[in-house]
Amino acid sequence: MSSTEALAAQPQPDKKLEQVDSVVIRFCGDSGDGMQLVGTQFTNVSAAFGNDVSTLPDFPAEIRAPVGTLAGVSGFQLHFSSHDIFTPGDEVDTLVAMNPAALKTNVGDLRRGGTLIVNEDEFDKGNLIKAGYATNPLDSEEIISKYTLHRVQMTRLNRDAVAGLGLSQKEVDRSRNIFALGLVYWLYDRDAKPTEHFLQDKFKKKPEVLEANLRALRAGSNYGFSTEAFTTHYAVPRAKLAPGKYRKIAGNEATAWGLVTAAKLAGKTLFYAGYPITPASDILHQLSSMKNFGVKTFQAEDEIAAMAAVCGAAFAGKIAVTASSGPGICLKGEAMGLGFMTELPMIIVDVQRGGPSTGLPTKTEQSDLLLAMFGRNGDSPLPILAASGPGDCFTLVQEAVRIAVEFMTPVIFLTDGYIANGAEPWRIPNFADLQPIHVTHPHGKATPGHFETEDNGQATNANGSGNGEGEPEFLPYKRNEKMARPWAIPGTPGLEHRIGGLEKADITGNVDYSPHNHHKMVMNRCNKVAGIANHIPLQEIEGPASGKLLVLSWGGTFGAVRTAVENCIAQGKSVAHAHLRYMNPFPRNLGDIVKNYEKVLVPELNTGQLRLLIRAKFLVDAQGFNKIQGKPFLVHEVVRKIDETLES
Amino acid sequence: MSTETIKTSLPVLTAKDFASDQEIRWCPRCGDYSILAQMKKVLPTLGIPREKFVFVSGIGCSSRFPYYMNTYGFHSIHGRAPAIASGVKVSSPELQVWVITGDGDALSIGGNHLMHMLRRNMGLKVILFNNRIYGLTKGQYSPTSPVGKVTYSTPVGSIDNPLSPLCYAIGSEATFVARSVDVDIKHLTFVLERAAHHQGTAFVEVYQDCNIFNHEAFLYASDKTIKADHILYLEHGKPLVFGKDVKKGIRLNGMHPEIVEVGKGINEDDLLFHDEKAAEPSLAFLLSRMRHPEFPEPMGIFREVDAPIYDQRVTEQIDAEIKKKGPGDFDALFNSGDTWTVE
Repeated sequence: MSSTEALAAQPQPDKKLEQVDSVVIRFCGDSGDGMQLVGTQFTNVSAAFGNDVSTLPDFPAEIRAPVGTLAGVSGFQLHFSSHDIFTPGDEVDTLVAMNPAALKTNVGDLRRGGTLIVNEDEFDKGNLIKAGYATNPLDSEEIISKYTLHRVQMTRLNRDAVAGLGLSQKEVDRSRNIFALGLVYWLYDRDAKPTEHFLQDKFKKKPEVLEANLRALRAGSNYGFSTEAFTTHYAVPRAKLAPGKYRKIAGNEATAWGLVTAAKLAGKTLFYAGYPITPASDILHQLSSMKNFGVKTFQAEDEIAAMAAVCGAAFAGKIAVTASSGPGICLKGEAMGLGFMTELPMIIVDVQRGGPSTGLPTKTEQSDLLLAMFGRNGDSPLPILAASGPGDCFTLVQEAVRIAVEFMTPVIFLTDGYIANGAEPWRIPNFADLQPIHVTHPHGKATPGHFETEDNGQATNANGSGNGEGEPEFLPYKRNEKMARPWAIPGTPGLEHRIGGLEKADITGNVDYSPHNHHKMVMNRCNKVAGIANHIPLQEIEGPASGKLLVLSWGGTFGAVRTAVENCIAQGKSVAHAHLRYMNPFPRNLGDIVKNYEKVLVPELNTGQLRLLIRAKFLVDAQGFNKIQGKPFLVHEVVRKIDETLES
Repeated sequence: MSTETIKTSLPVLTAKDFASDQEIRWCPRCGDYSILAQMKKVLPTLGIPREKFVFVSGIGCSSRFPYYMNTYGFHSIHGRAPAIASGVKVSSPELQVWVITGDGDALSIGGNHLMHMLRRNMGLKVILFNNRIYGLTKGQYSPTSPVGKVTYSTPVGSIDNPLSPLCYAIGSEATFVARSVDVDIKHLTFVLERAAHHQGTAFVEVYQDCNIFNHEAFLYASDKTIKADHILYLEHGKPLVFGKDVKKGIRLNGMHPEIVEVGKGINEDDLLFHDEKAAEPSLAFLLSRMRHPEFPEPMGIFREVDAPIYDQRVTEQIDAEIKKKGPGDFDALFNSGDTWTVE
């Protein structure tokens, strides 16, 4: 029986159920308090109910900072709504703080008049000192007057509810988060059933712990129902999303699934080499658990080796992929250059985090764009794609694979910590509806006794030459109409050839240092990448095709910027939004677009990296809006900047 | 090798089939020529089609090697050949992948990759051309140069303590460890053959003369008139004997090897016997620590043991998972977890 059903059977106290359009909740507590778990559970039940959802997990950099300290605070913010939403929300409507440190680091984001639920039992002297409070903030006028404060003795109430199961105090207290979850479920009229199922599955081997958690969930819910402090609870109706079947997806999960899908669509093996790094490790974990999809994963000794192994697997004819974050991408630069020089297809995923150096490992930033553009020696442009949200990772990484194999080049795929860990509803595709990825390998000599070349059933000789008796030798650097060279893979008889990092002669690929050949080969490689612009979609615009202001954004800021521009358009302002997913080469109409507006504003979570490129490439006086706090844009920040820019 | 290869009727290959059309650009009389020649001799004897060979190298004189072989080849970046070759081998276990590297490439800039490649025990064949110098960059000391070595970067002598490639390989859990000399044609051919037939990673150090920047660094091991007293050919199950008249031997004194004269009250049974199959690498390590001029330097197979092979284990895990869970079903994957339908 779910907690809400249990309540329905009881006489109802006089409690109002009010409808609201959208709500932002944040759970925060010590990193050991299970805040990510309760946030995820709330997300799942809201998504399953039919709300649109958007989430923002916020982890501390330290695995386990000392209990109760500011450094150890972990948070999970969730926006759920009856309409389409693109962001986890600007201001928090309801804040659940499990201890003083969590209150201190998070209360600033709670809107005036917002609901503040605290575990009062943790506001003891020791914890107050650890959080740097001289007196109990729950007694302060500032908190009491500004917010609707609920002091809940969660630890004690939960201990009472869970008593008698023979669990240690520590084990008992571990279910406090579920008590808090139960309370908030009541407050927002959620169906607790999916969480009960989750708990039953998670603790199926520990019946006492399961019982404790189920009791905690019910006790939290009952507390909201029966205590006089909570006079109202709220309902957020279903959102009107496009019809279809949905599930929740996080960015890293979507990237991993997109990669496996792309390999299947190309009829090839996925080879993934990586080295653990926050916030990209989940991609390695996800793919390592997908061996039954034929995925080969390789945890290399370092970032360099991972990238090098990818070069080797690409040479061997696989869909070769690595993922990392900024510091790892720096180390990979040399082997990425080799991949570029040898013109082999491969994918490098950069889940961007706060830099420079080790920077802010668990926080988001967009500061690797110029690293992706220029972080290699020599003239070595690589195609760059940037996902706009968690679900887009699935779609766009397939596009990255398509570009890699069609143009024989490494492709950089940029996401960031925000979309990697954030989740949103994802309309489930039918595999059969996805676009196949065409891969061709030149055939070798058909010598009896030799095995056939691996291909996806569509192999042709179009890319290569010299494959039969009496024909000229194989020419590994003879290009096709897209300037791509043939992908002849080891094991193919008659196509034995050598590649490497040294400059090579046009067409034959033999080592060649001669001046004009070098000039030609550098231009060939650059022109090949530039020419991809003719094979990607034109840039789309939201809003008027010309006017006062174009807001030009990229990557994970899509949600906040799109919401802000839509708000401004609704108010009759002359603003349009272009959101880039193709960062190199740019869509071929972008130069015209930026010249159709009096002003161009580029909001970025860096000091102005896209702006630099736009100014350099199109000679427009683009202005920046730059936030470098390890956090995504808030909608109202962007709106305010748009207003300022329009007025100036 | 895969069963597929065994079934096929193989074209008869000769050394010539393995020569590429590229002009060889090593200095005249470089030791590399001999290693290349022996390699071209050995490969046709293995019964493997030419297109299944891949040569991967790093940077350095020796790393030009793949250009001169008419096989698939990848001349890569400094120190990274083991990692690149690992990518080739894990993704395509049916290929026979050789890694060509040098003392600087493998032990200095690529030291980390070498260690992990060795411990994983993929079916890779590694030939380390040890000339104890940086040749391509024109004569700086390397991780195997002796203390006191005067080079462009050590004008008053090197103060770097050198390391032994074989000690490193044994310490890194290598399952096949061997040594030979560039001009010792028969022995080198024998060692290369043994390496090629080893199922896991094979590591071979070849003493190679850089006649421009470090000429005759290995004269003691290559000069026919003196080498008998300075090197010792290892034979499995045989006592360790050496010298012009094969009168000298190695005996264990406690934990330490000592040189003894066979005859005068000491017979062969008192000597240390070689066991390349020993499960523990202690003997191989002891042999790898015997350095000139105190001891004769052992040549041949120090160690060859069987151990699980990484690239095969990868394939086995995939097969097992497919057997357990069924082949990956994308629609089932997409629809897994909590789902809901919007009408």
